[in-house]
Formats: sequence, structure tokens, C-alpha cells
Amino acid sequence: MIIELGHFAVILALITSLLQASLPLIGARKNILSLMMAGRAAAFTSFFLVVFGFFALMFSHVTDDFSVMNVVMYSHTQKPLLYKISGVWASHEGSMLLWVLILTGFGASLAKFVPEMPIILRAQALAVQGMIGFGFLGFILFTSNPFARVWPPLAEGHDLNPLLQDPGLAFHPPFLYIGYVGFSSVFALAAGLLLTRDADASWVKWLRPWALAAWSSLTFGIAMGSWWAYYELGWGGWWFWDPVENAALMPWLAGTALVHSLAATHQRLVFMRWTILLAVVAFSLSLLGTFLVRSGILTSVHTFAVDPARGVFVLALLALAVGGALTLYAWRAPALPESPIFAPISREGGILLNNLFLCTACATLVFGTLYPLLLNAFDGEIVSVGAPYFIATVIPLLMPVAALMVIGPLLQWHQGDLHQIFARLKYAIGISFLLALGAIYFVGFKSILGLVALALGIWVVIGTLVNFYDNRNNYITILPRLLAHGGLGVAIIGMAGSAFSVNYTLTMKPHQVNELGSYRIELAALDEIKGPNYQAERGMFHVWHNNEFIATMTPEQRFYPVQGSGVTDVAIETNLLRDVYLALGGEQEEADGTKVRSVRFNINPLVPWIWIGAAIMAMGGVCSVWLSLTRRAKP
Amino acid sequence: MIKSAGLIFILMGLFLLIPLSVWAMSAENALPDPAQEERAEKVGSELRCVVCQSESINDSQAEMAHDMRILIREKIKGGWTDDQILGYLRDRYGDFILLRPPFQTNTYVLWLLPFGFLMLAAGLLCLLFRRRARGG
Repeated sequence: MIIELGHFAVILALITSLLQASLPLIGARKNILSLMMAGRAAAFTSFFLVVFGFFALMFSHVTDDFSVMNVVMYSHTQKPLLYKISGVWASHEGSMLLWVLILTGFGASLAKFVPEMPIILRAQALAVQGMIGFGFLGFILFTSNPFARVWPPLAEGHDLNPLLQDPGLAFHPPFLYIGYVGFSSVFALAAGLLLTRDADASWVKWLRPWALAAWSSLTFGIAMGSWWAYYELGWGGWWFWDPVENAALMPWLAGTALVHSLAATHQRLVFMRWTILLAVVAFSLSLLGTFLVRSGILTSVHTFAVDPARGVFVLALLALAVGGALTLYAWRAPALPESPIFAPISREGGILLNNLFLCTACATLVFGTLYPLLLNAFDGEIVSVGAPYFIATVIPLLMPVAALMVIGPLLQWHQGDLHQIFARLKYAIGISFLLALGAIYFVGFKSILGLVALALGIWVVIGTLVNFYDNRNNYITILPRLLAHGGLGVAIIGMAGSAFSVNYTLTMKPHQVNELGSYRIELAALDEIKGPNYQAERGMFHVWHNNEFIATMTPEQRFYPVQGSGVTDVAIETNLLRDVYLALGGEQEEADGTKVRSVRFNINPLVPWIWIGAAIMAMGGVCSVWLSLTRRAKP
Repeated sequence: MIKSAGLIFILMGLFLLIPLSVWAMSAENALPDPAQEERAEKVGSELRCVVCQSESINDSQAEMAHDMRILIREKIKGGWTDDQILGYLRDRYGDFILLRPPFQTNTYVLWLLPFGFLMLAAGLLCLLFRRRARGG
């Protein structure tokens, strides 16, 4: 019963979002206040209806209602409660429902927050948000219905892919989606601004809280996904330049360019048209990412037929949103005010340079990810564009951004003075140089790219610290920037560290001791253990470094009988300077018939700082949202 | 019903960037010479696991990737150069196996475009400043 109510609520939400898409627009045209205000009511109603639908689905998952197809496919009575909850968004249908939940949530936030926003801007933005909601609710109801029943009901479900039964993965999609979908509000505000005839340049500032909220969440979501890949996939890697990862990185790069350009528009009323365009691009890339992932078109060029209806539907939504917004932009942008003049060497100039590199990197990423598809469509040839390509192109394009991000914020608006800045930074330059030399002593010359990245990371962290010290009496206003920039510096140091990781794959039998560099490991025992819905083999390893005992580590190989598949459960021991990373593999037979286990042992220097740095960056964004909301409260 | 279930499962897998087979992690014994082993890892990172989604054979736990890692180590022991090994596998599996697309007619655009984007954008900026300077 509850599942039908949920289904009905989502159908109602389709209708209310249609009202949200139309009434405020008519109100804005004819200048009827009540119609403009109706958009707010519609936004709240749509949100609560989708919340109801979402919880109805969650209720069926938690109560093991095996008459619901979605529950049958992805749940099991023995599955722990946490994964019954996260199982709601593990399926395609459920994850689209989460997508729309967050979309309508952002619609409600547009209706609720920042009371001083111009009524007409809010009304038009809500209408655009309503259109997107209408499109995606239609997508759910017509192609991906999570509320479908199955007859007769089953006694037991098929359980969830064991890889998804992990807290990191369970909770990273919501963050990722808040990031992805958060750009819808920025897009809606940008479109709303373009729709208004006498839009003021200062209106661009209303985009800021949403852009920053989306950016922070996307940063956090991407970091969480990469952390999961690090400890769950069992290979010590944390970023694979996989199309699905790229799909999340594209809007992040555009969003990063956007928050910088927004800051300039907010402070100096420059780049208004460019900022609006970036707002459109950031959400378009979110939609493109959704399309790539949902249609499954990229991962294998041969399987577009997996479900053409879905792919075509999202593609149509993508074309409508992007095409509509760009047409609107081409029509209305020329009427937007010109930028005030500034010198090339100035804060504005720095932000332009930042945007130049970030957008080029983003375009390269988009093009490289789509290239196999385009080439295949044109002449049927098949190539792969993988990690080596992106490391050779995207990374060098991003390095100048890191090098300049210490200098840019120190430049004055309008006209800056580089000599003065280098005088202020001379200690930072000296200290970074010495630290980088010291780092070479420790890590050696194994990877030149890694060394350059390490030096850049040190430079960004030291430069940010010096900047903090110079402003120690009044740092609150620049705190978001300090956190975001410093956090990126920290993350870069972590990424650079992974270039110097040392990997060993070997085979061991119980009680065997191996010397691996300055480390010694012993496989002390191999036990069988039982989890709630899995069986596991657990290796107990003792690890020494330079004859000093470090830790007992227990990596597992888990097997989930219902799914008939398993996962590796890695053991990681960290002291923040390096991770000792241990994975237990399958059983193998030696030539003489003795049974041995394959073992992977990695020493990953500095790697935990990737995620610590990313969390600091996200905090910077949150801090900025908080400041922009509270500072406006007291004029 | 079952068929669509399989499709949904595949879609879900694609979405969450999951390698399809993770159970069969097996070690190939590393080459005794560290310099050679480093070469083996370097070559492995350039090769796509052709039965997986988009992982290199170093990152894949599929049986085929495992066999290919062993093959690389045997070839290195046999005195082959990195390029010879990559060429050998390319002859068998086509360009698809190379994660770094070769610089050739059908990839000129791919390799030159980042540079092109950068030049185009930088050129536009210069033009803008020039016009501004003249106008203001």
C-alpha cells in the first residue's frame, strides 16, 4: 500500500512541478505577484511529495517487502540495516529518485533562503528549476519506475552487490548528487537572470551560495568516491581516469572556474556574461555526466543498446536544457552590462588566467572522454583514451593553476603590482624551495611529475600559511579562500606522494616471513570468519619496519553466497606519513602443489592527505556559504 | 524479468565504477630485478584490460589481465623492449588495448586539441585586452 502511495506522490510531484514551471513564469510576464509567489508553494509541495515517495521506497527496503521489484533485486533479509537504507539508491531507479529528491530539495531551498533576493529573479529561477524537475520526474515515471510491484511476491531477494555493502560507498552518492544537482539551482538562477529584461549586474551575487554549496559537496563526494576506490578495490590506486570518474570531475572543474569568476563578478561586477555562461556550462556537464553514466554509453562503446529508451530520454533532456539555455544566452547576454576595465596584472587578470587553464583542462577532459565515442561514430574505429592520456594533458594544464593560486589572491583588484607581491612572498619562496629539496632527499627521483607536484603542493601550503600570517588579525573574510587553497595544497602533496608508492605482489603460506625492502611481514594465521551475510577468510599479518614491530593487520577476502561474488577487504595502517596497505588475494597452487595465497603489500607515502586536503577544501566552501548568509543578515 | 534484472545490474555496475570481477586477485611473481619489475609495471599501466571496463591491466583483477601481466614479465625476461611488447599486443588486440592512444591520423585531433584550446582561449583574451586598451 505504502509503495502505491509513494508512486502516487511522485505522480503528483510531476504535476506540481509543471505548475512550478509555468505559474511563476506567467506571473513574471504579466507582473502578477500571487502567481510569482505560487512558484514557492509549488516548490515546497514538489519537495515534500518526492520526500514521501523516497521514504516509501526506503520503507519497503527496510521492511523487506519482496513484492516490490526494486527490493527483490537489491535486498535480502540478512542484509545489515545500513545497506538496506543505502540500497534505496544502489539501483538505477532508486538513484534517479535520489537525484530528483535532491533536485526538488534545491528547488525548495531556492524558495526558502535569501529573503532579499528580487522576487522576479526568484520566480523565474523557480520556474526553470520546475522545468528540470518535470523532465526528470517524467524520466523516472516513464522509463525507470522504482515503485513497480512483482507478482507473485518472492520470499527472498537477490541481495546487493557486495562492493556496495560498504559505508564509504553507501554514503558517497548523496554527496556526489548534492554536488551535481546543486548546479541546477545555479543554472536556474542564471536562466532566471537572463529571462529578466532589466537584470542588474549585482544580481549575479545571488548565484554564489548555491554555487559554493554545490562545489563543496561535489568536492567532498568525489573525494569520498576516490577514498572508497582506494580501500575497497584492493590495488592501492585512488583515481583511474575512468569515464565515470571523469563524469564527476568535469562539472567540478567548470564549477571551480565558476566560483572564481563569481567572486570577481560579485566584487567588481566584471565577467558577468562569462559567469552566466559558466553557470550554464557547469550544470550542462552535470547533465552530460548523468547521461554518460545512466546510458552506459561510454564504458563500452558496444552497449548503447543496454536500454536505449533511458539514454535517449536523458539525451533529449540534455539537449533541451543546454540548447534552451544557450539560445537564451545568445539572445539575452548581449544586453547584459559590459565589464569595467582592468589591467592584465590584477586580481581580475589572475582569475581570468585561472579560468583559462581550468576551462582548457575541462574541455580536454570532456573531449578526451567522448573521443572514443565520436571516433567510433564517424569511422567505426576503436581507440582507448585512458589514464596516460589524461595524465599527459589534463595534469600539465592544471599545474599552472596551482603555481599561480598563491600569487593571484594577493594581487590588488583593478591594477596589481607583482614586485610588491614577490617581496611579500620571498620567504615563502625560500622555504618552499628548501622543503622541496628536502623532499627530494627522502623520495628520490623515481617520478619527475611526482616531484613537480610535490613542490607545487608545498608552495601552495606555505604560500597560504604566509598569507594567513600576514592577515592574522583579520582572517575571517579570507578564511574560505585560505581553507580551499590550503586544502588543495595539502591534497596535491598527498597525490604527489602516491607517485612514490612501492608495490609488492607475492605469494605466501601461513607462518611464512618475507623481507620487503625495509619491511618484514609474516602471515601469522589464516582464519575463516562469518559475517551477517558473508563468509570471509582473514589473514593475520604481523608487520615490522627496520626490525621494529608496527602492527598486526587483518585483510579479508569476503564471499557473499547470495550474489555468488566477493570483495577484498583491505587492511590499512597509517601514521599519516605513509600507509601500509595490505590486501589478501585468492588461493593459488605452486608448481609443487602447495597451496599459497597471493598478497599485495604497498607502501603509499603521504596518501591520506589527499582526503584530508579535500575535506579542508570542502570546509572552505561551506565556510563561504555560511559567511555569505550571516554577513548579509547584519547589513 | 530475469533479463532486465541483468541489465539493471550492469547499469548499476557501470554507474558505480565497479570492476566486474574482483574475486580472482592473484599474484604474478614479481621479477627479481627491481628495474625490470618497474618496467613491467610501467608497461602494464599503458595497457587496457580488454574484458574490463576501463582499467589498466595493473588495476584489474580479471584473469585475463593476470595472464597478460605474466606475459609482460616473460617478454621482459626474454630481453624485449617496452615498445616491442606494446607493439606485439597492439598487433593482436588493435589500438583499443593502448590506454595512451598512438599519435596517428585518427588521433591527431585528440592530441593537438588541448594545445589548440589553450592557444585559442589565450588568443581571444589577448584580443580582448588589445581591444579594451584601444577602446578605453
